[in-house]
Amino acid sequence: MAENLLERLGPAPPQQPKVEMRGVTKRFPGVLANDNVDFTIYAGEVHALLGENGAGKTTLMNILYGIYTPDAGVIRVRGVPVRLRSPRDAIRLGIGMVHQDFRLIEAHTVAENVYLNYDGLGFIPKWSTLESRLEEMAASYEWRLNPRARVGDLSPGEKQQVELLKLLVRGADILLLDEPTSVLTPIETRMLFKTMRRMVEEGKSIVLITHKLSEALSVSDRVTVMRRGRVVLSKPTKDASIDELSTAMVGAQITGSGLEQGDSNSQDKSPVLQVINLSVMGDEGVLAVRDVNLTVYQGEILGVAGVSGNGQIELVEAIAGLRRPVRGRVLIRGADVTGASPRRLMELGLTYIPPESRKWGIVPELSLYENVAIRVARYQPYSRMGVIDWSRVMEVAERVVSDFKVDAASIKMRAGSLSGGNVQRLILGRELTTTNPVLLVAAYPTKGLDIAATDHVKKILLRLRRENVGVLMLSEDLDEILELSDRIVVMYGGRVVGVVGRSEATPEALGVMMSRGVAAGVSS
Amino acid sequence: MTVESLSFLEAILASAVSAGTIYLIASVGECITERAGVINLGLEGIMAMGAITSFILTLAYGHLAAILGAALVGAVFGLLHAFLSVSLRLNQIVVGLAITWLGLGLSGFMGAPEVARELLKSINPAVPAFLAELKQAPRLPELKIEPLNSLPVLGRVLFSQNILVHAGIITALILWFILTRTRWGLSLRSVGENPALADTAGVNVFAVRYLAVILGSSLAGVAGAYLFIGYQPFWVEDLTRSRGFIAVSLVILSSWSPLRAIAAAYLFGGVETLQFRIPLRGFGAETPQLIMMLPYVITIVTLILISLASRGRLPAPAALGKPYSREE
Repeated sequence: MAENLLERLGPAPPQQPKVEMRGVTKRFPGVLANDNVDFTIYAGEVHALLGENGAGKTTLMNILYGIYTPDAGVIRVRGVPVRLRSPRDAIRLGIGMVHQDFRLIEAHTVAENVYLNYDGLGFIPKWSTLESRLEEMAASYEWRLNPRARVGDLSPGEKQQVELLKLLVRGADILLLDEPTSVLTPIETRMLFKTMRRMVEEGKSIVLITHKLSEALSVSDRVTVMRRGRVVLSKPTKDASIDELSTAMVGAQITGSGLEQGDSNSQDKSPVLQVINLSVMGDEGVLAVRDVNLTVYQGEILGVAGVSGNGQIELVEAIAGLRRPVRGRVLIRGADVTGASPRRLMELGLTYIPPESRKWGIVPELSLYENVAIRVARYQPYSRMGVIDWSRVMEVAERVVSDFKVDAASIKMRAGSLSGGNVQRLILGRELTTTNPVLLVAAYPTKGLDIAATDHVKKILLRLRRENVGVLMLSEDLDEILELSDRIVVMYGGRVVGVVGRSEATPEALGVMMSRGVAAGVSS
Repeated sequence: MTVESLSFLEAILASAVSAGTIYLIASVGECITERAGVINLGLEGIMAMGAITSFILTLAYGHLAAILGAALVGAVFGLLHAFLSVSLRLNQIVVGLAITWLGLGLSGFMGAPEVARELLKSINPAVPAFLAELKQAPRLPELKIEPLNSLPVLGRVLFSQNILVHAGIITALILWFILTRTRWGLSLRSVGENPALADTAGVNVFAVRYLAVILGSSLAGVAGAYLFIGYQPFWVEDLTRSRGFIAVSLVILSSWSPLRAIAAAYLFGGVETLQFRIPLRGFGAETPQLIMMLPYVITIVTLILISLASRGRLPAPAALGKPYSREE
């Protein structure tokens, strides 16, 4: 198989591979995360490692980075078999990884982060020399990065550059990037891809771990697809088609999304949510939401597009009663609910799906049914005079689990042991089974979910829309916004910079508004 | 300014520095401990242990032995704290309070006349044991630094004090330099901000935390020694009077910087001095408790003001108070 692969690559890389992983197997309790995986990295290539969440991509790279030890298999680096016991072993061999969540110390400067425990540091480091070295290095990739800046003050794109610098100063020439674009704006993404091409021109090798087909196609030289712990396809990118790759990723041809929108004529319907001149303070003490006006009508989905950190979270938190606005009003079905408590809002028909649902939506230490009880225990018939009727609660918990296809062995399981997709199903199920919403505010309801779970959540949102519920949805995924929303508002710098109907919206126009705050060719 | 008011100002400032040195030595150590991510609420008890140790050792072998002994006793308590809070990962607040009660109780016991007498006899039989029952020991001598001591104001405030006053300032400066400018300091600060990250970068998180707790505790022991032989050389129970806790809160006031700890400590030394200098008339004279409350009231007010000024976001080390374990 290996020879076969080399043959198919044709004349391209005649040299010895920099990294060769053969028959790598890794088992976790109950899961075969990597099943006899072969993976090769050559000098001067971007190798896309493509697959859905849970396909085993990150596990494979964590093995190469010395975080996990494989149960079986051989790893050769520059032809030499190696055993990697820790990331430091990997770094010594020139292998470096940038994780999805940045591993940086926000309170420290860029230089301090880069040179933490660096070998040639000396007892009293010459910071000015080190800083100018970093400045040069950053400039060579056309990054505008100040080595003296506090990392906490940097944008996600710049933090990623700090992560890369950490590896580069230690001489890494095999870079493993885990979903590097998930936190970036479209412009930062383009910049990163440019950097990546530049690095491979210098002879470095890059593995791009991603679940986005378009990324794999646009920047990589070779692509390997994993599904359920196995490699299902590996070939030069130029020979791969979208259909072929997406089939390989999910295991079957996706025949359309199966999501029938149907047109809603929202203008004739009455508004369920009106936000009027709303300004909200962010955690940093500056206005995060500035003078926002928007309306959600019955039976429509209003999508809020924007790069994260542009006031979306603060906006929905103000609507959900979790953050008191400094100015402006929030009306639900005409009633002024500005500054009302979450409980009163719920009783008025607001259902809220929080961002980072694992953190804000469940109590991980409690069981599934107790997590359902949290929501209903205050109300009859689930409790009488403060005493909970557990049999009724368990009944409704069973219904949530079966109706919303929560994959759980029992409702007595700890909620924290569920996967991300199942947590989201549990929360949606709990909220929608136990309340009768007129307005659903959902913050990133599909974030981090795999295709099947995402699909399920989308279907639920569309069902609510048919049932005449008004939906306000935040999403970072433009395709999802375009697919589901009747109308789209774009937020930038805390303001609404554009409102677009679905039929007039294009990803390009939205992308421009999201990244620059101006409506290019679209009237707002 | 008249000569009298100048010398009154000198006297106030000199005793502010003198009283502030107790806080300075303890809170500089606590700065280091907390920058490594461990909060040590045991300072109060360790300070008391330092004081009683210095009392007995001064009688037995003199001042140098007293200071070193107090540092050693502090280090032993620090080792205990680190074992419980770093190795066994027990709640740092609970561990700290337990060490405070242990130190207060044990020092009270050791200070009881018959116990102190026996201790002194067993440590140095050559010294008449009854000295311990007098509850007093010779004060640290004043160190007049010529010719700086003839400077106006500063001469009396800084250059006619005992050696621990200078040691406190120098320790603060050295620790500030190590913390901000050296490789060790960077590693220590990283451990306090993100121990998991420091660990993967190859920093020995456990060793750093042990050292930081032991260093901080040992300085608290020295602060206790200073309190006794440098400030108030007669033994009473509850000699420390919550100064250890105030030292912990001064770390917040100095926003975890040993340099700012100098100013914060002297400020509180001033507050403590003032309570003895405010003329007592009428109500105040009948209820001196109100005046005695001053340092604690001002501590609370200061903490509230800092919290308001930073809008609830203090620049505390991100991992402060959180035990670190590798498995998670």
